[in-house]
Formats: sequence, structure tokens, C-alpha cells
Amino acid sequence: MTQTTKPPQTEGAVAVERRNWFATLDWRRYVIYIGFVVIFIFFAILLGDQGFLSPNNLLNILRQTATITVIAVAMTYVIACAEIDLSVGSVAGLASVVTAMAVAHWGVVVGVIAGLLVGAVVGSINGGLVAALGIPSFLVTLGMLGIAFGMAQWITDSAPQPILSYAYNLAFGSGNMGPFPGLVVWMAIFVAVGAVVLAKTRFGRQVLATGGNRMAAEFTGINTKRIKFEVLLISGVVAAFAGMLYAGRLQSGRFQWGQGDELSAIAAVILGGTSLFGGSGSVIGTLFGALLIGLINNGLILAGLDASQQQVIRGAIIILAVALARKK
Amino acid sequence: MTQVTDAVAPVAETDVPAVEMRDISKAFDSNVVLTGVDFEVTQGEVHALAGGNGAGKSTLMKILQGVYTKDSGVIRINGQEVNFTSIQDAKAAGIGMVFQEFSLVPTLTVAQNIYLTTEPLTGKVLIQVREAREKAREVFRQMEVEVDPGARIADLGTAYWQLTEIAKAMAQDARVLIMDEPSASLAKHEADQLFELVGRLKAQGISIIYISHRMEEVYRIADRITILRDGKNLLTERLTDITPDQIVEGIVGQQIEGMAYQERDTSAEPEVLLEADGLTAGARVQNVSFTLHRGEIIGLAGLMGSGRTELARCLFGIDKLESGEIRIHGQRVDVSDPRQAIKARLALIPEDRRAQGLVLEHSVRDNLLLPLLKKIERGLLIDDGKGKELAASLIKRFAVKVANPARPVRLLSGGNQQKVVIAKWLGTDPEVLIMDEPTAGVDIGTKTEILTMIRDLAHEGKAVIVISSEYAELLAVSDRVLILRDGAVQQELARKDITDEESLQHAVQGV
Repeated sequence: MTQTTKPPQTEGAVAVERRNWFATLDWRRYVIYIGFVVIFIFFAILLGDQGFLSPNNLLNILRQTATITVIAVAMTYVIACAEIDLSVGSVAGLASVVTAMAVAHWGVVVGVIAGLLVGAVVGSINGGLVAALGIPSFLVTLGMLGIAFGMAQWITDSAPQPILSYAYNLAFGSGNMGPFPGLVVWMAIFVAVGAVVLAKTRFGRQVLATGGNRMAAEFTGINTKRIKFEVLLISGVVAAFAGMLYAGRLQSGRFQWGQGDELSAIAAVILGGTSLFGGSGSVIGTLFGALLIGLINNGLILAGLDASQQQVIRGAIIILAVALARKK
Repeated sequence: MTQVTDAVAPVAETDVPAVEMRDISKAFDSNVVLTGVDFEVTQGEVHALAGGNGAGKSTLMKILQGVYTKDSGVIRINGQEVNFTSIQDAKAAGIGMVFQEFSLVPTLTVAQNIYLTTEPLTGKVLIQVREAREKAREVFRQMEVEVDPGARIADLGTAYWQLTEIAKAMAQDARVLIMDEPSASLAKHEADQLFELVGRLKAQGISIIYISHRMEEVYRIADRITILRDGKNLLTERLTDITPDQIVEGIVGQQIEGMAYQERDTSAEPEVLLEADGLTAGARVQNVSFTLHRGEIIGLAGLMGSGRTELARCLFGIDKLESGEIRIHGQRVDVSDPRQAIKARLALIPEDRRAQGLVLEHSVRDNLLLPLLKKIERGLLIDDGKGKELAASLIKRFAVKVANPARPVRLLSGGNQQKVVIAKWLGTDPEVLIMDEPTAGVDIGTKTEILTMIRDLAHEGKAVIVISSEYAELLAVSDRVLILRDGAVQQELARKDITDEESLQHAVQGV
């Protein structure tokens, strides 16, 4: 028995209640936003002379973060559902080469469809194995990471697949939409849709309930197998889309695109406050998690650190942020 | 309520009490939980501790275990004043706890659990496996129970888990054992064994603080009872000097009539709502048939393992039927999963509210709305305003005590959590409500409320199936009782044909 029953409320008690509410306001939930602002200001002061605050540099950060953010939005659903998807990086790579090859042979429309199809197939296999056979997603997607990566290398003989379609490259990452880089617009679309669906739709609530307590969700009439299948399917398709953005931005498909992105995406999701054990998730948090990683990368480059030093500092900051955000 | 009149062993009043808590006060922020509470247990005494929801008994016990620190007051163990700042302090002073939710590691053996962190070591590094088993065997021998120290916990039944918990406390030289609802998860004969064990521990001079809502066992094993109300002492009495009605009144704060059967006006031509015909699934549900009418309450009685819960799971589509059919309003319905069952307007209040009923980390509101999301959708999106209103109306209708519905449901007391589960399901407006142990682990006040709720629902024209291990409760609400044994319906009794708890007990035991 826990002590939560309240004495009958009087006027005074209401005031006390309000003060309690403020005291119990869980600042840990906002660590990512606080951290983002603190590090931003830190770099702004320290690296102001190196052009950190120039609009170009800031847009650059957004552009470099965009694909990771797109992947991480879907990863938020997977992790909130108490699963994991390690195959996203290599799915992005596979989708980039399949799209590039299909565009070269059959044109842009077929190329786009083929790319998305790669994600749908991989996502269905992941989701099907996890939902129907109950194999842990960690194992299924770890295997799929190797399969997709190997496949992308195999069908291209490790050669880059150039994309010469101006229209494709314009739409998927190289061009601008109005004043904004296309990549950033795509990122904004994914974040907006992802945030609304998770917080404001039946599907979103069912994902959170399934991740929070699968048995209770099942007893409540939620088809938890279908939910698990769907989040992994979404993750696969979205990862493929991210691969297509890589292809558009770099005007070619290559099996290396997206390599290692699964770890950045997971880090962004966890930094954003989504519980690694499922049941809670915030897409906006994920966006800031990804931006924070991008910010750190950018700042460290401007500060003149080399790649190895960047990795060390980035790792330390991620651990620190997650430690601060953990529950009591 | 039957009063068991076993002679109570005399308590040596002159001895130094094993535990003496004087004038204990505790507040969490501005929420005062205990004010000047006195509590004392003499050596070799079984002292029952009772009180309604939020009366402060868990807080008092957590202070004694060193989980919380007191704001003021004095604690003396065997006359020595102590100031516990951690659970280790309390353990070192001989306070042991048998947890309501077991705190064992299922993948380890009995002996490994007993000596977890206190393993006998060779050279401070290596665990002496055989030594640990021998020592565990010795502890069980002293308790006079048969448990294999080498067995894996996961392979044993819950009764053995509890024995292991007790052995663990004994192995750490506990002189005072706190038992919180120890019989809740036990079948009758297992509970009997537990009571005998409590008697033996008592004879060895071990003091036991016994928290229970079950009046019968309190009378059977306890010497004295202390009742708390609203964080204050209400009374401490020898059980020979107090009647069950006085205890219930003390806990609830008023005379309750909830536990008495109330003759209900069942209409002359009751409409058949649900028919179960030859339901069979696995070993635990064997050819079960029954009819349920509108406005009727059926009780399912049976020992643990008799198939009560399994029958409920079949009716709600969680377990698949191998044969037989379910008809609602004469129409055959296929309930092969819970979604179909919900569509057929069935609802199941599951046995284990924490594992099956609630997403503990989610808010009270989100839990309430989970089966009702379709109702609060506007187009593709959820209308949060509508959700808040709907949740607030459910909270009000079922008198859930919650200060802020946006806080996690895990912060609520057991009784209020159960109300949330019930409210969540009644929000779906079911016609047939299946309730599996609806009052397990809730205080008497809430229990009465829930029983009244069940009667009201039947009165509104719903049909209710109640599963309960407490016969008093079954008899309080059921119009008919089905007795299950080995997965089959053994007997069907009309309420008027059951004279009292004892006769139902006999029917269930089959003697």
C-alpha cells in the first residue's frame, strides 16, 4: 500500500497541492532541452569567431542532422514499443543503391518505389519474425544489419551507383524548397507527422501501452503483435527513405551510406528522453537529441579537434546527458 | 465472519518489548502520514496491524525496516534505542521482512536466494556452495518444513517462495518478522501450513507483525491487534477482547453492511444473456456449461488450480477454446481474442492488476482511456479535451481517490488502482463483466465499495461473473455459485441453498 490518498481538500490544501506540483515538476524530462541550450550558448561564445553562429553554419548543422533525425523519428516508435532496430543503417545503404540502380534503368518513379519497397520488405521480415515468432528484435535486426549491408555490397560489386536524374536529386536532398534546403524540409515533415501520430492518435497510444506493459495492453484488447510488426515495418520504410535522401544529397547510391547510423539514431532517441525499456517516447525530444549530437559534431570540428578526439568527447557528453536525465 | 476461539498464549507484559515504537510521526512534504503513533510487539507475540487505505501501516512498517526515517519519536529494539538510516541497519537489528511481492531471484536456487549477499565464503572470494545448502537445510529443519535448498525458485510454487523468504529472514537472525498479507497468494492448505509455521516461530520467541485484511486468520494466529486510522492509533486490543465487528468498524470507521448478502429483486422472467456450452481448453477447463441472465451475479468458487481463472481467460478470448461455444443473446460469438470479446461486450477485470490490468508507468488518465480511444477520436486524431472529460467522469463515478489524473497510476494505493481497472472497463459499457479476484489486496473500505459496485451493476442490468478465494465475499454478492474442481463444474448452488461460509467451504473441498 502506498501513501497517496489525500486528506479532504480545503482551500489551503489546494494551494499546497499547487506548490507540490511545482516541486515535483520533473526537470529531468527537460534535460535534453536544457543541455541543448547550454551547449549551444557555450559554442556560441567559444566559437563565435570561427563562424559558429553564421546562418550557413547553422543550416549546415540541420542539413547534416537531417537523415539521422528521420531515422530516429521511426526509432522512437520502435524503442517506445520496447523493441530495437539495429538494421536501419544498412537498410538505408541498401535502399540507396537499389534506388540508384532502378533510377538508372527505369526512371525516377520506379526508383522511388523500389527504394521504399526495400524498406517495406526488410521491415516486414523484421516485424514478422519479432511479432509472429517472438524472436527478440535485437537478434533479428542484428542479423538483418549484416544481410542488408552484404546485399548492398554484393549487388553493386562495391561500386558507387551514380544518379544522373536531376529531378531525383532535386527532390531528395540536393535542392531547396523555397528558402530551405530540401533535406531540412523532409526532416521537418517527418518530425511533425511523427510527433502528432505518437501523441495524438490511437496508434501512438497503443504503441506506448504495448511498450509500457505488453500483457496489460493485450488484456485491454490491443493487438500487440500487430503493433510490434507495424513499428518495425515503419522503421524499415523510414530508414529506406533516409537512404534515398543520402542518395539524393550525394547524387549516388553506395553501400556505405548510413553505416553506423543505427547507433546515432538510438543515441538521439535515448537523449530525447524515450525510455530504453519502452512505454514512453517523445519525437520532439528525439529531434533535439539528434540536433544536440549534430551540434557537438559541428562545434568540435570548428574547434579544430580531429575525428578521434571528437568521438571521445561526443561519447562522454552522451553518457553525461543520459545520466542526468535518468530517473531517481 | 467466524470467530476462531483458539486459546491465546499469554503475553508476558513485564518483558522488554522486542519492538517499541513511541510517538512516531512522519510527513512527506506537507502530507502528514503518521502523527504520534505508538506500536509495540513483545517477544514471541503475533501482533496484527490493520487499518484502511492510507491509515499509515505501510509507512510505519517502512520506518521499522529502515526504508523511511521517522521525523520524530523513539524506536527501541529490546530496550535499546535505535536510529535506522538504511535497510541494512534494520536487518542488523534483527528486523526481517516477508515481502508481499516476492523479492527472490527466480533463476537462482533456494539456497542461493537465502544467502544472497551473505554467502559463506572461502578466503573471502569463493562461495561454499555445499556449506550454503547445508545451512539452508538446517534453517528449514528448524522451521520444520520440507524444502529442497537446491531447487530453482522458478520451478517451485508460490508457497515455497514464501517459505524461502521466511528462511532468508531467519538465516539473517531476524527476531522480528514483518509479514504483509502473507496468505494472499496461497491456497487454503498452504495457508494452514503457514499458520502452523507462524505458531512454531512464535514458540521460538520470534515476534511477528502480521498485516492482513483477512479477519479469520487474524483471529486464528494473532495475540493482539493494533488498528491505525488516518495516521493515528485507534486501538490496541487483545483479540480475546474484541469482536470482528469492532475490528471492521475500527478499520472502516463505521459499521458496514457490505459483507452481508442482500436479497436482490431478480425479475420474474430473466433474460438469458450469455450461454456457455461445453467449453473445453487444456486441462483446466473441461466441458464447462452455464447460463448467465441479465442482472445476475454468478460466483465461481474453487481451490487454486481448479480452473477459475482459466475459465475467465477463455471467456475473454485470451486462451483459445478447443471446443464448445459461447452464445450471447442466443447468437454464437467467436471470442478467439480479447478484441472480439470486447466487441461482444464482454469485459475482464484480470487477476493481477499490476501485470495485466495497468500500465503502471502511465498516468491514471491514459490507463482509463486505453480501451476507450475510439470514443475520444475526432477524425484521425485524439481529442485530449474530450479524453480529460471522459476520464474525469469515470474517476468521479467510481470514486477513485486521485489528486492529479496526469500522475502515474503506480503511485495510487492498491484499492484505488483496482478502481481504475474497474472504471477503465466499465467505460466500455460491457453487458457481461468478469471479475477475477476483484478485491485482492485492497483494504476493507474499498472492498465494501467494490462489492456495492458489483450489486449496482447487476441492478443496472449487467451480468457479472465474480471469481474469489474469499467465500464471505462470494456469498455477499452471488445469486448463484458454481463450484469448479479440476476444470469442471462440480456443483451449482443457488445462494439460498448455501447457509454459510462453512457449507460453501465444504462444497468446494468436496467433503
